[in-house]
Amino acid sequence: MAIMNVNPTRMQLTKLKKQLTTAVRGHKMLKDKRDELMRQFLDLVRVNKELREKVEAELKSCNAHFVNASAVMSKEALDASLMSPKQQVEIDVTSRNVMSVNVPQFSSKTRTDNQGDIYPYGFAFTSFELDDAVMSLNDVLPDLIKLAEVEKSCELMSAEIEKTRRRVNSLEHVMIPRYEETIKYISMKLEENDRSSRTRLMKVKDMLLDKAHNYSGKAAAE
Amino acid sequence: MKFLAKGSAVIGDSESLKGFCAVGLEIFPCDSFDDLPHLFRKIADSGNYGIIYMTEETYALTEKERRHYEERLTPAVIPIPGVKGNTGTGIKRLSSFVEQAVGSDIIFNN
Repeated sequence: MAIMNVNPTRMQLTKLKKQLTTAVRGHKMLKDKRDELMRQFLDLVRVNKELREKVEAELKSCNAHFVNASAVMSKEALDASLMSPKQQVEIDVTSRNVMSVNVPQFSSKTRTDNQGDIYPYGFAFTSFELDDAVMSLNDVLPDLIKLAEVEKSCELMSAEIEKTRRRVNSLEHVMIPRYEETIKYISMKLEENDRSSRTRLMKVKDMLLDKAHNYSGKAAAE
Repeated sequence: MKFLAKGSAVIGDSESLKGFCAVGLEIFPCDSFDDLPHLFRKIADSGNYGIIYMTEETYALTEKERRHYEERLTPAVIPIPGVKGNTGTGIKRLSSFVEQAVGSDIIFNN
């Protein structure tokens, strides 16, 4: 791992040490966030899977009902019966915060409370197969809205998990080792400077003593 | 916490949408797929819809347009099987979420 391009000074060392502490703390927190998000995501995905399978099966049977209805009624009559709806579904959108990810929550309400309003036609000229078809679709509706909520949450959470995972990995494998190596480099450089100045001082002291007491001259005379 | 009342839209071929109209969802039939991206953009950008259901066929054709709304809270774009049957788009989508989050698909690979 390459070290950072910094001056080996004490000030820089203190600064880097502070940054390393922050990075380590951030890494720990992000790791916790990732783990918790992952746990919640996996639970939600399992729910989502079941819900989707259920909804798809139900929609399949709805479609079968509609095929039945269209078999006994003409296309025009069928279209005319369904195209002017009495009922309207409104979705209330609120958001919930899951580990700093905003996920939507949908709750539905219908314009009128009357259950019969899902049939926008008179019963005289339509077949009972059509009633069946519309009723089965109305029964799927709560699940369909729940599915939208869960699936959107999964989508948003998976994107957030990916981002958090990248951050954790970059801190763990790039940033923190780089800080550690740079700190090591600076402290070694500072120690080296310290040693070199100490030996220089010792050498100077020797030279001064030599000059004052003339040790080398005496040694030469003996 | 925001509190918004929105509608929900269904996009797809007119055969698949018939019933949704009766139960109170707003339908946008689209039998020619040429103007589908334009229609989808218009619906998604209007901000009136919290959920947009799309039949699997139309869902597959709007991949580029959908990407823009993936990170937003609403609209939630959800694929549903149409009259032509289930092509497995929904499950594939879920599996891609797991793959994105975990790194490999650990739930749907069996």
